[in-house]
Amino acid sequence: MEMSKKGSRLSKGLIYFLLTVWAVVVLFPFYWMILTSLKDFRVYNTEYIPRFFTANPTLQNYSDAFTSVPLGRYLLNTVIFTAATTGLMMVVIVPAAYAFARLEFKGRNLVFALFLSLMMIPAELVIITNYVTIVNWNMRNTYLGMILPSVTSIFYIYLLKENFEAIPDELYSAAKVDGTSDLKYLLKVMVPISQPTIVTIVILKVIECWNSYVWPRLITYDPNYFLVSNGIQEIRENGFGKENIPAMMAAVVVISIPLIVLFLFFRKKIMAGVSRGGTKG
Amino acid sequence: MKKNLKAWLYLLPAILFLGVFMVYPLVDVCVYSLEENYNFARQSFTGVGLGNFHHVLSDPYFVQALKNTFLIVIITVPLSTGLSLLIALGLSSIKPLKNLYQTVFFLPYVTNTLAVGLVFMILFKNTEYSQAMVNLLITRLGGTGVDFIEGPYWAKMFVMCFYTIWVVMPFKILILTSALASVNQDYYKAARVDGASSGRIFWKITLPMISPTVFYLIITGFIGAFKAYSDEVALFGTNLNAAGMNTIVGYVYDMLYGDSGGFPGYAAAAALILFAIVFTITYINLTMSRNKVQYM
Repeated sequence: MEMSKKGSRLSKGLIYFLLTVWAVVVLFPFYWMILTSLKDFRVYNTEYIPRFFTANPTLQNYSDAFTSVPLGRYLLNTVIFTAATTGLMMVVIVPAAYAFARLEFKGRNLVFALFLSLMMIPAELVIITNYVTIVNWNMRNTYLGMILPSVTSIFYIYLLKENFEAIPDELYSAAKVDGTSDLKYLLKVMVPISQPTIVTIVILKVIECWNSYVWPRLITYDPNYFLVSNGIQEIRENGFGKENIPAMMAAVVVISIPLIVLFLFFRKKIMAGVSRGGTKG
Repeated sequence: MKKNLKAWLYLLPAILFLGVFMVYPLVDVCVYSLEENYNFARQSFTGVGLGNFHHVLSDPYFVQALKNTFLIVIITVPLSTGLSLLIALGLSSIKPLKNLYQTVFFLPYVTNTLAVGLVFMILFKNTEYSQAMVNLLITRLGGTGVDFIEGPYWAKMFVMCFYTIWVVMPFKILILTSALASVNQDYYKAARVDGASSGRIFWKITLPMISPTVFYLIITGFIGAFKAYSDEVALFGTNLNAAGMNTIVGYVYDMLYGDSGGFPGYAAAAALILFAIVFTITYINLTMSRNKVQYM
């Protein structure tokens, strides 16, 4: 008994050690970007061997990030894109989920099965035609062109439908007896009851929108419409001059902060939501 | 009848969007792939056949992209899955600080891969006047530094895989940790009463119990890794062909857009080849998992 206790303490120690190693691997890039963003440009350039601390932190890089490249513009574009896409998506998926969950109609199961089978289609396959479509509609360098292809998500329809179905039928019958219309019932009863799931969906979609890169890049070449991902790539290739790494890092910090704050506020929700069916990318 | 109509009305927006941006493109991409010498400006083509596939498969850039993608898949999927399992096992056997570790490990999931990729580039890149942080570590350990961003192929592949693993780990750790938490504790108690060693408990109880989750992660891991693209751009810039680090998805976009773009036919053929590969691998994975996984 004594032996195994000692052994388990040793293995506990080893476990903590290994977990800490991975925590360092995860956190170090964040530390490095914040550190570098606070270094004075001249000091940074004199460090052939990069230092792990800086004696004179400066916020100059942050003001550079907003004045010498249009970082504010990129952030604003991303906020508009994220809000509009997420909002429009809710308008599309909530009624669809309601139809599948509560309304009786011919072919319901067939249509739902068709929806589910579309979930297997990779975005890479349809993006080619979507690109041509948006070009033909003269929607390059517009918000609409960026938003339209990403306002439906079959997975979220599925998630909401499951949630709606869990709400007792009696409520629906009672509402029908009272003469409540379907739309009113959906908005006044179903949506409030399903609020936790809806919030999760909104958060996951916001994360996805904030980080989206491929489609906005295809559809915009005017920097006035760049989102942060595309903006950071533009900054890297043509921004401050290739050498001003501290200012670049300041931009990276600014771009990263909103989602990290969101994550710290909604940690449990986000992690529960992702484990229910999020994927990366 | 009225009821039917109302339901379709509720479904209309979703069907409209899916039709225009998913079903129609799916048919259209097959058409594109068969139209030879498609001209974007005139929207005309010279013939119908497999010419696009032939062109793509004999394009050295595509062959390079194919090779890179397969290397990324073969290296990152087993490594990230194994490492996540190890970390999830560690997480589920501790109590103090567990939440803190979990939060930290999940952080990369909510970061912008393009932005953090830039940080990785700086950590791994040598310039004339500054040395990469990572090389500092390597020389300290007695090795010789190397430029991981513009240096030899293996070095670029290394940083590529390292970053990919860093990005995909949070999801896998999260899923595995919750799978481990849902294993019925009675099995462990019974095994301990029987005096089973912890190694034996892992192989005979834990792993079989979470095997559906592990296979789910392997399957989605394969699919995700085959679609690698943004992480590459983050590290090596938008001209991936020049860096020799292009991927299949990168090739598709290059054919569509940018300096080398304007060939939707080639893009469609490459995308369909990718789809065929992913479909085959997923099918093999599913067949294998049906034989191996124990559903309780």
